[in-house]
Amino acid sequence: MPAVRVERLTKDFGELRAVNEVTFAIESGRIFGLLGPNGAGKSTTLAMLSTVLNPTSGGAWVNDFDIRTQPDQVRRSIGIVFQDQSLDEELTARENMDMHGRLYHVPRAVRQPKIRELMELVGLSDRADDFVKTYSGGMRRRLEIARGLLHEPKVLFLDEPTLGLDPQTRNHLWSYIATLNRDKQVTIILTTHYMEEADRLCSEVAIIDHGRIVASDTPEALKREIGGDVVALRTSDDARMLHRVQEMPAVKSAEMRNDGILVKLEEADRHVAGLVTLCSEQGVGVASLAVHKPTLEDVFLHFTGHTIREQEASGKDRMRMARRLWRR
Amino acid sequence: MDIVYTIWMRNVKRYLRSKPRIIGSLGFPLFFLVILGFGLNSVVKGPHMGRGYVAFVVPGIVSMSVLFTSMFSGIQIIWDKQFGFLKETLVAPVSRLEIMLGQTFGGATSALIQGFLILVISLFLGVRPASALGVVLALGFMVLVGITFTALGIAIASRLDDMQGFQLIMNFVIFPIFGLSGALFPIDGLPAAMRWLTLIDPLTYGVEGIRYGLTGAAQIPPLVSLGVLGGFAVVMVTLGARLFRGVQI
Repeated sequence: MPAVRVERLTKDFGELRAVNEVTFAIESGRIFGLLGPNGAGKSTTLAMLSTVLNPTSGGAWVNDFDIRTQPDQVRRSIGIVFQDQSLDEELTARENMDMHGRLYHVPRAVRQPKIRELMELVGLSDRADDFVKTYSGGMRRRLEIARGLLHEPKVLFLDEPTLGLDPQTRNHLWSYIATLNRDKQVTIILTTHYMEEADRLCSEVAIIDHGRIVASDTPEALKREIGGDVVALRTSDDARMLHRVQEMPAVKSAEMRNDGILVKLEEADRHVAGLVTLCSEQGVGVASLAVHKPTLEDVFLHFTGHTIREQEASGKDRMRMARRLWRR
Repeated sequence: MDIVYTIWMRNVKRYLRSKPRIIGSLGFPLFFLVILGFGLNSVVKGPHMGRGYVAFVVPGIVSMSVLFTSMFSGIQIIWDKQFGFLKETLVAPVSRLEIMLGQTFGGATSALIQGFLILVISLFLGVRPASALGVVLALGFMVLVGITFTALGIAIASRLDDMQGFQLIMNFVIFPIFGLSGALFPIDGLPAAMRWLTLIDPLTYGVEGIRYGLTGAAQIPPLVSLGVLGGFAVVMVTLGARLFRGVQI
């Protein structure tokens, strides 16, 4: 049974079709990434899955509960971390956690030890009784994730979990997320516009652009699909090597460039040794050899025809900016 | 009930911890009290001002303080629903009504404390309430005013997406409600048209009720004030709950 099943989910805002017949399924225990630029429909999809927004058409089931007819059961079985912080800064971390537990009807006897355990898990135990306003961005995120897990959801939604964090904190958070997924067996669905994040964390990625899913698979398969790896080879006798390389079974194509031979092949790392051996058999010296593996960036470009772009600021983005300035 | 209590508790904790805000929002009413009260004390004489204008205006300033605090705590959810804890409550498996009631009672509680502080300060300015029972009655009216206007604030905030309309609300809702309420002047000396306006202003009944409690005299019978203000409270809470249910995040 998939943890999340989405079928032709569609959302219109007036004339604008924000989410267009999106279909996917997430197996239990996976980390699934919705990858796309701002305004692609990622957050809208999450909002519908968390029953905050009603779909225009189509349907979705979370833990087998219908988002249209069983919103309360859906809400009880998921945890959410929003793109915008939703902590109360005037309260302590523990009070925030406690409030959450009460809202989700977690009995007091369970609540207290569970809060301790989760704070431990995200490494905030020693700061549990500090006000959230004294927390750094990364700590706030960790607290929000811990809070989202308090009522033991089977699925955790993370909307741009590392947005606005510095690279080091981001790395840290990634290991926390991976650990949670492994140790707690929580299915995680996250939205991101960071390629690296999707690549590092997700066992499956759906690329979403203008409300449509344009490709969906494991990151490796997606990269394979766009035509494999590229090897740039420079030798002491390129003209002679070109023919030999073209005869290799693994090679899809090889062509002459003014700075060497460009070889296209799948799983280049496995054939690098073969290339070098081939050269030495022919008595040709290898001047340089570089393997370029396609990144999700290349994948995104391949499927959408453009690089991941920043959309112009909406009213909400402006408010977000104002808030950041205000807090400074 | 547990949820209402949780949200209420959160609001009260926040309020009590924001000492600068408490002190800051005492400034404006205090300014009014001192400038108007003492400035006009010797000039203004009226049929209802047997104990001087200061004594007359204290209930008005208390009402103002309650009005402002409750409206602000209601309207502040514009911010809170998008960038704050409220968003977390809106996706929890709890009903919107519980959240709305928790917010309303929370706002009303802060407003009550704020109004009570003005009352205490006025003691030091030499204005003695008529009786202890009267003070209790006044506090009761303050609670009703607090509930009415926090709910109105929530109703307005439910329909707004950003703070741009805030100035508009300030100038065309809060100030008129305050100005027309008879907080600063006796209402029966007004021209007919304006008197009519004061009588549809919920705060008028709050001011009159609090004034009756503190000074022992009012131009509207206290039971009428209680009934009308109670009615307004029910209407506003219903309206607020209805609009709050439609909030999209």
